Amino acid sequence: MSEQNTPDVEIEAGAVEPDGDIVLPDHHPRRTDFDPRAAKRAERQVSIMFTLSAVFTVAFVVAYVMIPTDATFPVPFFGTWSASNTALGVTFGLAAFFIGAGIMQWAKKLMNDKEVVAMRHSLASPEESREEAIAVFQEGVDDSGFATRRILRRSLLGAVALFPIPLIVILRDLGPLPGNKMFITSWVPGMRIVLDVTGAPIRPADIPVGGIVSAMPAVLPAIQKAEGNLNARAKDVVLLVRMNPDEIRSQQGGTDDEPWDYEGVLCFSKICTHVGCPIALYEQRTHHLLCPCHQSTFDLADSGNVVFGPAARELPQLPIKLDDEGYLVARDSFQQPVGPSFWERG
Amino acid sequence: MSVMNKLGHQAEFLDDRLTVANWGKRNLRKVFPEHWTFMFGEMALYSFIIVLLSGIYLTLWFKPSMTEVVYNGTYTPLNGIEMSEAYKSTLDISFDVRGGLLMRQVHHWGAMLFIASMTIHMMRVFFTGAFRKPREINWTIGVLLLTMGFVEGFAGYSLPDDLLSGTGLRIAEGIMLSIPVVGTYISFFAFGGEFPGDEFISRLYGIHILLIPGIILGLITAHMLIVWYQKHTQYPGKGKTNDNVVGYPFMPVYMAKAGGFFFIVFGITVFLSGVATINPIWAYGPYVPDQITAGSQPDWYMGWLEGALRAMPNWETTLWGHTISWNVLIPGAVVLGVIINLMLIYPWLEAKVTGDKREHHLLDRPRNAPTRTGIGVMSLTFYMMLLIGGGNDIIASQFNLSINAITWAIRIGIFILPPISFVITKRICLSLQRRDRDKLLHGRETGSIMRLPEGAFVEVHAPLSDNEKAVILSKTDITPLPWPEKVDENGVKDPQYKKDHRWARLSHWFFSDNVPKPTAAELAEAEAHIRHSAAEGAPVIAHREQLEPEGGVLHDPSAVEAEKEPVTK
Repeated sequence: MSEQNTPDVEIEAGAVEPDGDIVLPDHHPRRTDFDPRAAKRAERQVSIMFTLSAVFTVAFVVAYVMIPTDATFPVPFFGTWSASNTALGVTFGLAAFFIGAGIMQWAKKLMNDKEVVAMRHSLASPEESREEAIAVFQEGVDDSGFATRRILRRSLLGAVALFPIPLIVILRDLGPLPGNKMFITSWVPGMRIVLDVTGAPIRPADIPVGGIVSAMPAVLPAIQKAEGNLNARAKDVVLLVRMNPDEIRSQQGGTDDEPWDYEGVLCFSKICTHVGCPIALYEQRTHHLLCPCHQSTFDLADSGNVVFGPAARELPQLPIKLDDEGYLVARDSFQQPVGPSFWERG
Repeated sequence: MSVMNKLGHQAEFLDDRLTVANWGKRNLRKVFPEHWTFMFGEMALYSFIIVLLSGIYLTLWFKPSMTEVVYNGTYTPLNGIEMSEAYKSTLDISFDVRGGLLMRQVHHWGAMLFIASMTIHMMRVFFTGAFRKPREINWTIGVLLLTMGFVEGFAGYSLPDDLLSGTGLRIAEGIMLSIPVVGTYISFFAFGGEFPGDEFISRLYGIHILLIPGIILGLITAHMLIVWYQKHTQYPGKGKTNDNVVGYPFMPVYMAKAGGFFFIVFGITVFLSGVATINPIWAYGPYVPDQITAGSQPDWYMGWLEGALRAMPNWETTLWGHTISWNVLIPGAVVLGVIINLMLIYPWLEAKVTGDKREHHLLDRPRNAPTRTGIGVMSLTFYMMLLIGGGNDIIASQFNLSINAITWAIRIGIFILPPISFVITKRICLSLQRRDRDKLLHGRETGSIMRLPEGAFVEVHAPLSDNEKAVILSKTDITPLPWPEKVDENGVKDPQYKKDHRWARLSHWFFSDNVPKPTAAELAEAEAHIRHSAAEGAPVIAHREQLEPEGGVLHDPSAVEAEKEPVTK
């Protein structure tokens, strides 16, 4: 490409072109241009900056060797800082900065500051070059027979078009097919609901009216151990809330004989139906549950319906009951997929 | 042997093999125009180098693995807690490797600076029309670089597997799931099954340290070569035309300034990383899918997409047993796609409306392209609305406002404020154009009042400086595309009529309000008039200067300039 790039001709100030004067920007001489003392001073400033840089580089090495990583020091208003990080950052940062500042000062004060002019040239090639290029290209085309041998051209294009297929097919084993995984959780009828921290089973009396508890299926730790990942935790976690039964305006299901709540204790999926953040902010008085990611708000006293925000669907409710020992268990599995919507959900 | 001869000897070695003399003689004194706004592109380049360097150090200690381990280490609050190896190794880098925390913070601050400077650089290029022919390709590369910067930043943010980065990934999974037909499959392939799986961090790692940096490096190389080859644009001013380039020679001035600036950017980034914490992942804890903190925020450059997700109404369609989540699909994928594509095609769109096939090397003053400037400010308003929306929870808690009210303000504002800002910007630009025209025709106001013999008071006007005049006169008057004829002179109907008419209308919308430059005759007449006024007012100016020898309270640039002029010895 450099062939096109004809030399930049410098025109010094005052040069004259055949068709008239070259106008140059106004030039204001700097103090260092006419005062040797000022120039000397600038030179001294620059060399001091370079020296400072070298000093800080040495200081960096000293700090690296001397300061242990757990040393701290107090900084007024900002708390406690890591001595090592601060010392290393400040010394290395200033070492680099003073090189830069020195060079800048050198360029600004001592290098020539007269602007120069170069002419631009049209970027387009001259017409004859274009014609020549086309002729050469045509020669190549003719030589190859690409244009005339149609069967060759088409079979080649066909082959090349198919060629990337293996590169895509080979990606197939990136992961299993979804199957019904998006539709199921670990919750089955009779599964104990346990605290997500301690794994202890929960009695209704453990939750005060107005209270909220994060919980999980009793089987979760075992699944997590067997699978070696957090997949089950990402969909199975639930919230238990307890409210005065009179305050419950509606639920997602249940009959008088087989209610989905247990005496005002309700169980909802903890995974937001918007994009899957766990939901944590509960407002006791309104029974509203707010997702901290995108502020979708669900009314737990009203079937977990959306009252505000970008989520489209209610929070899935898990039907619960008491088992023989008086602990809360799932009456049934989730009646709809938990988490964000997806194409196959329906 | 003198230094020059020595250099000649080594140069000969290179030249015999690589023809460097030929290149050198043409390029070593290549002219680079200078302006402070040209700094942002340089800053983007340097911060990328900084991020690349610090990233190499981090790879030496970081373990991209989701295997669960129990932490027992220097940071005691997390002792005994299960976490991924990725998170644990990030803790080790932060607490046990000397300078490790510094490199992490340099990496993160540098990444922020990279995207911020690209954004500002792009704004500079847009508002000055630097993207016009012949620089459309470089604009396109720039848009791709910005996009890659977003992706790369998000990938890097996700790697430590802390609570915030895992939450970000969960949101990304939700967005994948919202893609019609293939969304669930994309998510299962990406995560190697259900979210979060145990593959994703190691997969993302390869993408983050090899694939995307490779693409960015390639694009930057092309970007730089094109800038070099096409020569830099310049701002209008005395002696600067569309056919020349005025500035400082590459060697030594530009070399020194660019090289020095690299060290300055490097120094500031490292210094900042020494004194300002960024992304303290130890405070967030390891990622567990059922935990979250209030006030979850992405890095700032993702804030506008986050805002779009938050502001979108909760629309979802279920049709024939399939679900389309508009509430996630539109803000998560469509908005970004549409905006990037609009940015990519803008130079061609404007060229079509202008009907302008010329090369442009002299930058536009934003006021001289009021519609473009309006579009730019409108886009920024749109962006800012979304960015504010992305922090609606923070704003609500800090200012004690209702989050619902803020969200509704964003939902409505995003449609109303951008057009308003467009109109206001365009009017301001046109007023500035009128002011420029006045300045040319009447000269600069000196602030000195003169009493005429008949008792009238007039203000003395002074002629503009050559530089000021050159800047104002740099404006190109563009005539909008002609209105097409429905039938030509032979009575044949023009099949292109409707299309051409639409483009002409767009062109008129773009240009017809522009204030024309004064004609040569008007200028000449104005010149004489201004000279006369200045001559008449000279005693007044002289008197004022006598009263206020320091130049007085009234700013008179020419007087200050004159003072600076040294006494020649």
